[in-house]
Amino acid sequence: MWPGFRRARRYREEGARGALIAAGSTVIIAALITWWVITSEAWPQVQEQFFNPEHFRASWPAVLGGFWLNIEMFLVAEVLILVFALVLAMIRALRGPAFFPLRALVIVYIDLIRGIPIILLILLLGFGIPALRLPGVPNSRLFWGVAALVISYAAYTAEVYRAGIDSVHESQRMSGRSLGLTQIQSLRYVTVPQAIRNVVPALLNGFVSLQKDVALVYVLGVREAVREAEIYNARTFNYTAYIAAAILFLIASVPVARFADWYTERDRRRRQSVGAA
Amino acid sequence: MTRKVGVRGLVKSFESKHVLKGVDLEVDLHEVVCVIGSSGSGKSTLLKCVNLLIPIDGGAIFLDGEEITAPTVNPNDVRKRMGIVFQAFNLFPHMTVLRNITLGPIKVHGAERTEAEEQARDLLDRFGLSDKVDEYPDRLSGGQQQRVAVIRALANQPEVMLFDEVTSALDPELIAEVLAAIRGLKDEGMTMIIATHEMGFARDVADKVCFLDDGTFLESGPPTEIFTNPAQPRTRQFLQRIVEAGRL
Repeated sequence: MWPGFRRARRYREEGARGALIAAGSTVIIAALITWWVITSEAWPQVQEQFFNPEHFRASWPAVLGGFWLNIEMFLVAEVLILVFALVLAMIRALRGPAFFPLRALVIVYIDLIRGIPIILLILLLGFGIPALRLPGVPNSRLFWGVAALVISYAAYTAEVYRAGIDSVHESQRMSGRSLGLTQIQSLRYVTVPQAIRNVVPALLNGFVSLQKDVALVYVLGVREAVREAEIYNARTFNYTAYIAAAILFLIASVPVARFADWYTERDRRRRQSVGAA
Repeated sequence: MTRKVGVRGLVKSFESKHVLKGVDLEVDLHEVVCVIGSSGSGKSTLLKCVNLLIPIDGGAIFLDGEEITAPTVNPNDVRKRMGIVFQAFNLFPHMTVLRNITLGPIKVHGAERTEAEEQARDLLDRFGLSDKVDEYPDRLSGGQQQRVAVIRALANQPEVMLFDEVTSALDPELIAEVLAAIRGLKDEGMTMIIATHEMGFARDVADKVCFLDDGTFLESGPPTEIFTNPAQPRTRQFLQRIVEAGRL
């Protein structure tokens, strides 16, 4: 047996033992917390109010039906955010006095929008614009609720892109310009593709966040998952429907969070191996 | 002879640091000019000014007798006609070698993709890199990357080539292949301005050598004159140090 084999086996055994210890301590801590909660005096009432299997079954179809709307809102909003934010970030990255007014406009937009709580933006647009009854402007609250999410998230996401653009070395831009590419061509073909690669983890983080924040449009009366749960609660005075909604949000967002971590880790390893080569 | 590039009274400062203090330079068609001088003397700044990559603070630069530093001139139109190769290669890491080379012809000159790729393959073949077409830059050696950078600049069919210390970031055994590529261009009659620390190469390839010191050209002339019988004590001192370092 060659010496490396032994060492490898020892590491593997240690790895297995480590996993065992981690699993063991997790089970113990989870058991302790569960015991602490269910032995509390009020647990039977809480269980009846929040974890009632019958109410869970009864509310599930409505909450799940509403949740599909959450998913749709998320998908539509995310695509729009990614595109709109990139346009904002690219305008902000343009240099030279000729582009000053455009740059200033983008900076003002980003500063203002980031300064308004998202819930206020949803309320203002969702109730305000349909009330104006402008001809040719959609007056659905759902439309303006999603628009508010896009407007708000685009401001944050533009800053994520900007960090990415700043992370690409100046020499790349210069190299692109030296070939005769215009500023916009150089951004589009040289800087932005590298910038996006650098900020994928941060963008994924935004995905997770938006996935939950689409629930905020419930304040407009849009019948998505939280609203459906609220309706159920108002009818039965039982909160289990909220737990059903929470479970649905978890099912959707935990995989994205895990994927973001996995991707970040893989990207970090890849960069290290390139650096070493 | 036709004057190709002219630099008159070029001044450039970075914040309070005066890098170029009135540089004059004339480069004829097919002429090869080597710019020498110690690190930080402004060689690199001069080349970037000539390619309009950085704004100048005074003086003027001419291409074919036309002032390219005039405010009415679109810098993109000028850069199309000049190629520059940088010390650190600056290839686009997210593109294959082929895409690196065809980007300029396709996006700037509006060439057809097939036509641009054909030209790129021909150039790669000529520089002994035809097996690297589909590689990404980080899979190539420094010398190979730098030759790709030369090809990328050539693919734009420039009238003038600028070389900014293109061998300074290379391991010694990789320098020769890059210098050979530049020699090949001289044989084809390319007009070139070369900033370099390779004095042996400058002596071989240059029609004119210019010594940049403290922001001006202290001395310029044919290589035999500059390297064997420099007029200025500062030039002599500089060359002496190069000889002591075993680089000449």
